[in-house]
Amino acid sequence: MGDIAEMVSQPRQEAPPEVHVEFAGVSKSYDGRTLVVKDLDLRVRTGEFVTLLGPSGSGKTTILMMLAGFQTPTAGEIRIGGRPIQNLPPRKRGIGMVFQNYALFPHMTVGANLAFPLEVRGMGAEERRERVGRALELVRLGELSDRRPGQLSGGQQQRVAIARALVFEPSLVLMDEPLGALDRSLREEMQYEIRRIHRTLGVTIVYVTHDQQEAMVMSDRIAVLRDGVVEQIAPPEGLYEEPERAFVASFIGENNRLHGRVTGMTDRDVCEVETGGVRVRALKVAPCEPGDDVTLSIRPERVEINPEPGRYRNELDARVEDLTFLGDHLRVRLKACGRDDFIVKIPNVLGHGGLLEGDGVRIGWTASDCRALNHEGGEE
Amino acid sequence: MGGGPGRRGRLRGAMRVPREQLRALGLVAPLLIFIGVTFIAALATMLMRSVHDPVVADALPETVALLRGWDGERLPAEAVYETAARELSRAGEERTIGQVAGRVNRVQGGLRSVFTRTARDLEDEAPDPAAATGTPWRDALIALDTAWADPATWHAIRTTGERFTSRNYLNAVDMDRLPDGTIARQPEERRIYLRLFWRTLLVSGAITILCLLLGYPIAHLIARAPPRRAALLLVLVLVPFWTSLLVRTTSWIVLLQTQGVINDILVAIGLVSDDGRLAMIYSMTGTLIAMTHVLLPFMVLPLYSVMRGIPPQHMSAAASLGATPLQAFLRVYWPQSLPGVGAGALLVFILSIGFYITPALVGGSDGQLISNMIAYHMQTSLNWGLAGALGGILLVGVLALYMVYDRLVGVERMGLH
Repeated sequence: MGDIAEMVSQPRQEAPPEVHVEFAGVSKSYDGRTLVVKDLDLRVRTGEFVTLLGPSGSGKTTILMMLAGFQTPTAGEIRIGGRPIQNLPPRKRGIGMVFQNYALFPHMTVGANLAFPLEVRGMGAEERRERVGRALELVRLGELSDRRPGQLSGGQQQRVAIARALVFEPSLVLMDEPLGALDRSLREEMQYEIRRIHRTLGVTIVYVTHDQQEAMVMSDRIAVLRDGVVEQIAPPEGLYEEPERAFVASFIGENNRLHGRVTGMTDRDVCEVETGGVRVRALKVAPCEPGDDVTLSIRPERVEINPEPGRYRNELDARVEDLTFLGDHLRVRLKACGRDDFIVKIPNVLGHGGLLEGDGVRIGWTASDCRALNHEGGEE
Repeated sequence: MGGGPGRRGRLRGAMRVPREQLRALGLVAPLLIFIGVTFIAALATMLMRSVHDPVVADALPETVALLRGWDGERLPAEAVYETAARELSRAGEERTIGQVAGRVNRVQGGLRSVFTRTARDLEDEAPDPAAATGTPWRDALIALDTAWADPATWHAIRTTGERFTSRNYLNAVDMDRLPDGTIARQPEERRIYLRLFWRTLLVSGAITILCLLLGYPIAHLIARAPPRRAALLLVLVLVPFWTSLLVRTTSWIVLLQTQGVINDILVAIGLVSDDGRLAMIYSMTGTLIAMTHVLLPFMVLPLYSVMRGIPPQHMSAAASLGATPLQAFLRVYWPQSLPGVGAGALLVFILSIGFYITPALVGGSDGQLISNMIAYHMQTSLNWGLAGALGGILLVGVLALYMVYDRLVGVERMGLH
């Protein structure tokens, strides 16, 4: 076990390549019929910050609970540092855990809460006090040791919960939607705080959230989950720029989803798709043949209004339906491609060129920004 | 509406408050009156009776007054005998002699018949004062009953003649005031109440502990169960509440008696021989079993309501922090459940201190508690003064307990927030 002070003094090391946590073919069913987690394979490297991102019911918390030891997998194996841990009770796994509602013990002071994991490990009073002090400093709450959790604000309670999960110096820390109860500005502050702590200590963190922005801010990699299956796991940029599934594209950031049918191939990577009576060229992400149904995904900020003619391979007519001024950008709702909810964002850099509702405009985008993904029926 | 929300509007708003309070008071008035009459007044009357007993002073006022000047050792003067004879005879006519005799009898056993017979005889044939010389009234009374030659009889009249008396409280703690005015313990064979108080406290303590041991796991189970199952379990806990106390107690008799269900089963499976049937009822055991059963819900409900407020995550958190289940329970769960333990224990303890029907039915002779003695004095011996004193002591004890609880748990609660 290292020392917090030593870790603090060390610069953050690049994540070593070895695997810290590994899920191998893990499935979980609560009722013996439906699988909440389906054949999960996931590797988390030492020192990595991996976020499990998904809507409620996607199985992300179940995965975390299996790792923490509060749920047992129905099938498969979970390994930490190469060692299978299914038969280890939670208290012997040495994993720090931050719970959704902090789970601070209300009848103990902040200091006693932090000393608890050290006490049950039989650590002497002197060393306990020292470590508690250092952990409180790490979360910048040095002077609140004698308060009770009920006397602290939500953000302070959150910091105490994080300090308590770190004070016994686990190499792996799990966080289950820890910021869900905080208001927006505090949540953003805490996101940076958690990232700072992660970089300072170099611990491996597995984080669960349904908030994609939160995941983007903190994570090294994000695993997007749906119905117990990892749809895609990639760094935040990769997930945003190169979604491989329609679900991921719609879950991460805003995008325009158009349903269409492949009519032909223009070259190896680009296909031609008919949607809403117009033909557009799109990057072929999922394997497809002419005649296949696909979902096109276009980011609103990648569409240009009234571009120089000939600049883009995709150019078509549209009509301005609605304008919303949002400070840093203008949100334009257009009637285009046979739908009236085509969104375009214009950054507020040099004004918005005098667009008016009802104007007819030209819009254009590159083929590579329009991704043809596997078609998923029934979803809008 | 003219004028708008100006100063006048605000003033009118301020005036409305007392009227609403008045209406609220009107709504609770029936309850207040009901409690005032049936509870407070009744309680005050009983407590009053324990220190105030005017029967003898009202029936024999002059005798009592004359006895104040008596030296207490020799026989009283002739005038006292004369007055006593007159007032006894009048009490006989007014039919108050029975009450007077009862009061005096409590101080000096055997005097009941002396007083009633003397009064009757005096009515029938009053001695003729003119015919005699010397001390005709004294001689006449002593002739009627030799008890009138015993200073103890006059002591009894003097003692019971005090309107306000500490006698009942002294008796309630097994003490008495001697003729010379000193306070001393009752003779060994008459000391019963202190032992009974002590036994009541012990039994109540034992029942409280039993209820806690049995109720704690159940309350925890209900608090952690999914809503539907929790509701079902709660109903099971509450079912005894919906059954008559008498029915529940008598069913324990059916179960526990020597020829009862449990003994029959034990004999049938050969655990106990037919002549070795267990005596589980009409004893302290019966009282303990039946009262624990009757009072269990009062322990479970406060425990449950407190435990429901303890997030289940706390136990997971303790485990993830490295605590064994025992450590997690002792350090995290138990301290948080203490307010419920305190409330439940207080409730069960106070209820069992004053419990009456169950020990009366299944307690036998050694399972009787102080409340049974109070009932005895209320219904059988008709010594309401002593019953009031015993009840008063019980009341003070319970109030003291409540204050202790308020102190302890109040401090605990404050610490939590």
